[in-house]
Amino acid sequence: MIAESAIREPLVTGGKTAHDVTNDIAGRVEDKPAPSWLLAMAISLGCLAVGGYAVAMTLWDGIGMWGLNKTVGWAWDITNFVWWVGIGHAGTLISAILLLFRQRWRMSINRAAEAMTIFAVICAAMFPVLHMGRPWLGFYWALPLPNTFGSLWVNFNSPLLWDVFAISTYFSVSLVFWYIGLIPDFATIRDRAKNKISAAVYGALSFGWDGAAKTWSRYETVALVLAGLATPLVLSVHTIVSFDFATSVIPGWHTTIFPPYFVAGAIFSGFAMVLTLLIVTRKVYKLEDYITIQHIEMMNIVIIITGSIVGIAYITEFFIAAYSGVEAEQYAFINRASGPYWWAYWSMMTCNVISPQLFWFKKIRTNIASTFILSIIVNIGMWFERFVIIVTSLHRDFLPSSWAMFYPTKYDMGVYLFTFGLFFTAFFLFAKFFPVINMAEVKSILKATGEGAGSSSQVAQEAEKIEN
Amino acid sequence: MEGGKNYILGVFDDEDVLLKGIKDVRQSGIKIQEVYSPFPVHGIDDALGYRRSRLSIAAFIFGMCGTSLALIMQIGMLGVDWPMIIGGKDHVALPDFIPVTFELTVLLAAFGMVGTFMVISNLKPWGKPRIYDLRITDDKHVMAVDIAANDATEDDIKKVLQSAGAVEVNNKDFE
Repeated sequence: MIAESAIREPLVTGGKTAHDVTNDIAGRVEDKPAPSWLLAMAISLGCLAVGGYAVAMTLWDGIGMWGLNKTVGWAWDITNFVWWVGIGHAGTLISAILLLFRQRWRMSINRAAEAMTIFAVICAAMFPVLHMGRPWLGFYWALPLPNTFGSLWVNFNSPLLWDVFAISTYFSVSLVFWYIGLIPDFATIRDRAKNKISAAVYGALSFGWDGAAKTWSRYETVALVLAGLATPLVLSVHTIVSFDFATSVIPGWHTTIFPPYFVAGAIFSGFAMVLTLLIVTRKVYKLEDYITIQHIEMMNIVIIITGSIVGIAYITEFFIAAYSGVEAEQYAFINRASGPYWWAYWSMMTCNVISPQLFWFKKIRTNIASTFILSIIVNIGMWFERFVIIVTSLHRDFLPSSWAMFYPTKYDMGVYLFTFGLFFTAFFLFAKFFPVINMAEVKSILKATGEGAGSSSQVAQEAEKIEN
Repeated sequence: MEGGKNYILGVFDDEDVLLKGIKDVRQSGIKIQEVYSPFPVHGIDDALGYRRSRLSIAAFIFGMCGTSLALIMQIGMLGVDWPMIIGGKDHVALPDFIPVTFELTVLLAAFGMVGTFMVISNLKPWGKPRIYDLRITDDKHVMAVDIAANDATEDDIKKVLQSAGAVEVNNKDFE
């Protein structure tokens, strides 16, 4: 007999049985694509095509097509890179860290969040790859391969190289973690398949899964160990991304607060993006019984915590700059708040520091519309944060004669649009052809935390019986 | 998992009944070939008498291989093969090698463990599993008993499965 705390809300509502879960989730995969899905897909492919032109021009003519200049050598490209990597932090955090903490509410959201992570990291990788100018030679610059320079190896002292290893490890481990979780669900779809093509496709995707107790036992070990490995990995990735800046000697970048501040910011923006996507998916696929208001509230609480850490980090940075007595450092921060990019700084402050504090009100954090709006505002704020850190620290450098402003060209915007197209195309394909909720995991918690069996009402009834 | 040809399947629709059922069936001296479930059932490996998986040990060994590989690679390339002074640091600046070493440790541990899991569990894209009952990936648990591996008669096995709480008892033959 599983005893459950009487005050705990059920995680799956609507009195679902295991068979209902299969029908609700696998049924979506089997349905014909809805007109709204086709429209969404067409818009994403349109972005991909328009952005693809900008990418092609960048590859053909070089990165001179972008608005970079001698002073501002990093701008939208690295801003977008850090922004996408940050978004890519929520998925593995949800599936790994929340698994270690035995947070069962992760089970309805981990699949979509992990998918989002993988697509976001692909988008992030676009920018450093394009920034190389000649990416077809990139293997020799980024990987320790023997080469005809005699062999002049890559520089393992450079944070940019650490990034190559961190991002590629993070991507491949997240992909494996996600796929291992998908295998039993693909088997469910395989066993329901009505035509030969889907039986063959999902049969291959399910890797011949047979649901044996021995395999499940190994699967659980694999999931737990992967979670243990992925937890420090998630924290390391944005730490190493922040090293790109923190190990330099540029005022405004050279700060030891960067690793924890970047990690908190990454989780903050990642959860916001998960909310943006899941609120729409939940509505379109009628998943209100699986992704409940309680799930949304839990994610909003994570946003308050990480948002507050980010807010404190902004203020600490300012204080330390003032307290350091280093004029260049002090100027970098005064310039951020009151220089020509003041609007970017104050957009960042408003979106990231003030807006998440609204979630202290229960009415706001349990309301779908306000959560949706705030989740988008948070990601706008997090884009500005990276822009502020990168561009305002560079544009007024050590010689006033070389001070400059950064103006994005249409190619900067086009490449950014391209990654949006890529991200949403991949996400919509996932939402149509893959099970968006981890069916096996949700089924395993139905008895303990579903409505009906094991819920507070039943516990109360049984307690009554014992008394009588 | 290959085995005999003729099976008796006990179908269960509740994991707690299943767990108790496994104990009852094993106590009555009947060998269970395997139990198939749509989701991981907590405590089923103890009930079936399975040993804890040693995959975590495999992960540790693969991880150590990753650590060694990363250190050998970095020290070999920058310390031995082509030493260069970078930023006034030593040729072998160990603190700088920590990030790559950590990432390769995680990478090899994860891929090595998952690869081992795939191989020992016979998971591969062209794998053709024995499907005992299509509902085991939906909402039913199936306990498969190989008739040839047991001394008890077919009827006795069926009776034991029924009294253990199976909602259905079926025969299943493979070619």
